[in-house]
Amino acid sequence: MKKKTASGSTMIVKALQEENVELIFGYPGGAVLPLYNRLYDSTLRHILVRHEQAAVHAADGYARVTGKPGVVFATSGPGATNLVTGIANAYMDSVPLVLITGQVPSSFIGTDAFQEADITGITLPITKHNYLVQDVSELPEILSEAFYLASTGRRGPVLIDVPKDIFDREAEFTYNKNRKIPGYNPTYEGHAGQVSRAVKAIRDANRPVIFGGGGLIRSEAAPVLREFAQKTRIPVILSLMGLGAFPGDDELYLGMPGMHGNITANYAMTEADLIIAAGVRFDDRVTGKLDAFANNAKIVHIDIDPAEIGKNVMIDVPIVGDVKSVLEALLKKIQPGDTGEWLAQIKNWQNDYPMPCALKSTGNAVKPQYVIRELSRLSPVDTIVATDVGQHQMWTAQHFIIRDPCKFLTSGGLGTMGYGFPAAVGAKLAAPDQPVICVTGDGSFQMNIQELATAVNNRLDIVIAVINNGYLGMVRQWQDIFYNKRYSQTALEGSPDFVRVAEAYGAIGLRATNEEETTQAVERAMAEKGPVVIDFRVEAEENVYPMVAPNCPINDIIIGGEQV
Amino acid sequence: MKHVLAVLVEDKPGVLARVSGLFSRRGFNIDNIAVGETVTPGISRMTIAVEGSEKLVEQVIKQLHKLVNVIKVSNLSKESSVMRELMLVKVDVAVGYRSDIQQIVETFRGKVVDVSPESMVVEVTGDEEKMEAIKLLLQHYGIKEIVRTGKIALLRGALVTREG
Repeated sequence: MKKKTASGSTMIVKALQEENVELIFGYPGGAVLPLYNRLYDSTLRHILVRHEQAAVHAADGYARVTGKPGVVFATSGPGATNLVTGIANAYMDSVPLVLITGQVPSSFIGTDAFQEADITGITLPITKHNYLVQDVSELPEILSEAFYLASTGRRGPVLIDVPKDIFDREAEFTYNKNRKIPGYNPTYEGHAGQVSRAVKAIRDANRPVIFGGGGLIRSEAAPVLREFAQKTRIPVILSLMGLGAFPGDDELYLGMPGMHGNITANYAMTEADLIIAAGVRFDDRVTGKLDAFANNAKIVHIDIDPAEIGKNVMIDVPIVGDVKSVLEALLKKIQPGDTGEWLAQIKNWQNDYPMPCALKSTGNAVKPQYVIRELSRLSPVDTIVATDVGQHQMWTAQHFIIRDPCKFLTSGGLGTMGYGFPAAVGAKLAAPDQPVICVTGDGSFQMNIQELATAVNNRLDIVIAVINNGYLGMVRQWQDIFYNKRYSQTALEGSPDFVRVAEAYGAIGLRATNEEETTQAVERAMAEKGPVVIDFRVEAEENVYPMVAPNCPINDIIIGGEQV
Repeated sequence: MKHVLAVLVEDKPGVLARVSGLFSRRGFNIDNIAVGETVTPGISRMTIAVEGSEKLVEQVIKQLHKLVNVIKVSNLSKESSVMRELMLVKVDVAVGYRSDIQQIVETFRGKVVDVSPESMVVEVTGDEEKMEAIKLLLQHYGIKEIVRTGKIALLRGALVTREG
């Protein structure tokens, strides 16, 4: 019998079809030409971005909304190195991606050839795994491994570097999904003994909290978490990455903890006698000073990555496994304790320490918190919000009510300015029927503003809310508090008129400088077709509060700003 | 405390860079590392000596497990094991003492593997203590050069460190 052969390019296209990939985000170039030539004949949809970094962020946004791996194509050298920030971002936030880069032809590798960069070497520490294809016969196995690795266990980006000649070479091709990989065997079910210990710890606790993170969203654990919290009457705190895993307007929800966290959440974490940590990794922005973190609490830590357990804080009950199946196992055996007194204490904190928030503007500008609250109030419940990084990100985390998982996309681990807008592009393409808002800043937006072309070209209904304070606001805030108001290089002088930039790209541009205009602009933007940029002129020196200074205990809070 | 890890890896391009890169970026120090084939084709064994607390080594092992090409990691310091390394020492004999050196080498069950008018090359195998002891003695005569393989180790008895 004659065996079926295919070229490297065809193998890639067929593998993507086998994996039900609908969309590719990419940018062509010399070394990847044969793949794009093959793509020309395929039914796969390719979104042409305007910068490779945006391709990764868009694929990342797509992946966070769908739960499926985002796919990226780029060329060798600068095409590949432009992916680096996006890859690091996805790695830190455990987002599944498969990236395929062209490389100089095999015989040129190592010669400093034109547009040669050792992208497997460069991305070694920021990928879950990566491959440099040496022979086309390896490609089918590498492709299926890449999809399997990216989308199982702790998710992450996987890169395949393909020398140009490999795209055209032929070899036997059969595609087997989910191949066995000898050194890769994630644990999904929690250890029964540890689950029993957790059940006992929960039964004996008087002041328990659930502290959930991005793992809840990746493992689709939100419904189980809701049931768990309701049955046990244990309040829920969510990390930035976990927002949406529990309804933001539920009475048991305490908010986000940490540096700009809810005061009640920080007090509850500090006073708790049991923390049930689910799919979180105790980032320094959450724990503050480690020695002072949750000293009164036993900690049950559920995570799919064994290396996260005990990495930053000491754990009493470690449970390695998929957070959803572990929560289900706990739910079956759980004997709820009485949390009435604890919940009353929490209610007192909530009354005494509401989120500090000035809503009334004082001058010729609107309060940024007011803008976020209007966006939240006027957007339908299924709205997806993508943020960039900085003050607007924290205000969005504090004031935008996120009710469901996969609705809040933000760069949590790496803190990548420039993430939000391309992520919103990916999100809109993933969920065309859901409203998408990108909350960005005048600094962040300009890091990937060129993607207006991608958004206009694909007629994407995205509301881009630019929280424009004329500063790199978060850095300015730190200069204000820790550097004597010495605003070194944080005033963004020379920024363009965002309304006219939008119009130049063929999008709609609106401006709001007061509360009335804010409401009108949001209402109109939500109704318009295509991308709409709203330039919100907000108070320039508004700070994000509450705030815990770095490496301070999280109950040592600077409560600035006015109370509502 | 010193730990010796036996790390079974897939024999694939770049696997040494993945392992050594992991150590440097996580701030772990490798004391020494030795790599070689195993009885299973396609599987190599790295013997890595690392110094650090119990917590640090636990984290090293967990992070190593996350590398897709790493199949198994065992901490041989926790078990009874045979550890050896090989050292070649080029000793200065320009001023004589050839027979003194010969005697030291014999005491340590080493071998003289090269002789020239100005130098001798001595081969010694053994554990770390033995290496340090002979080094100290030979230093007295003038050591021109030293090269060491790094530790290799096997569990004592019938137990083996095997993939799967």
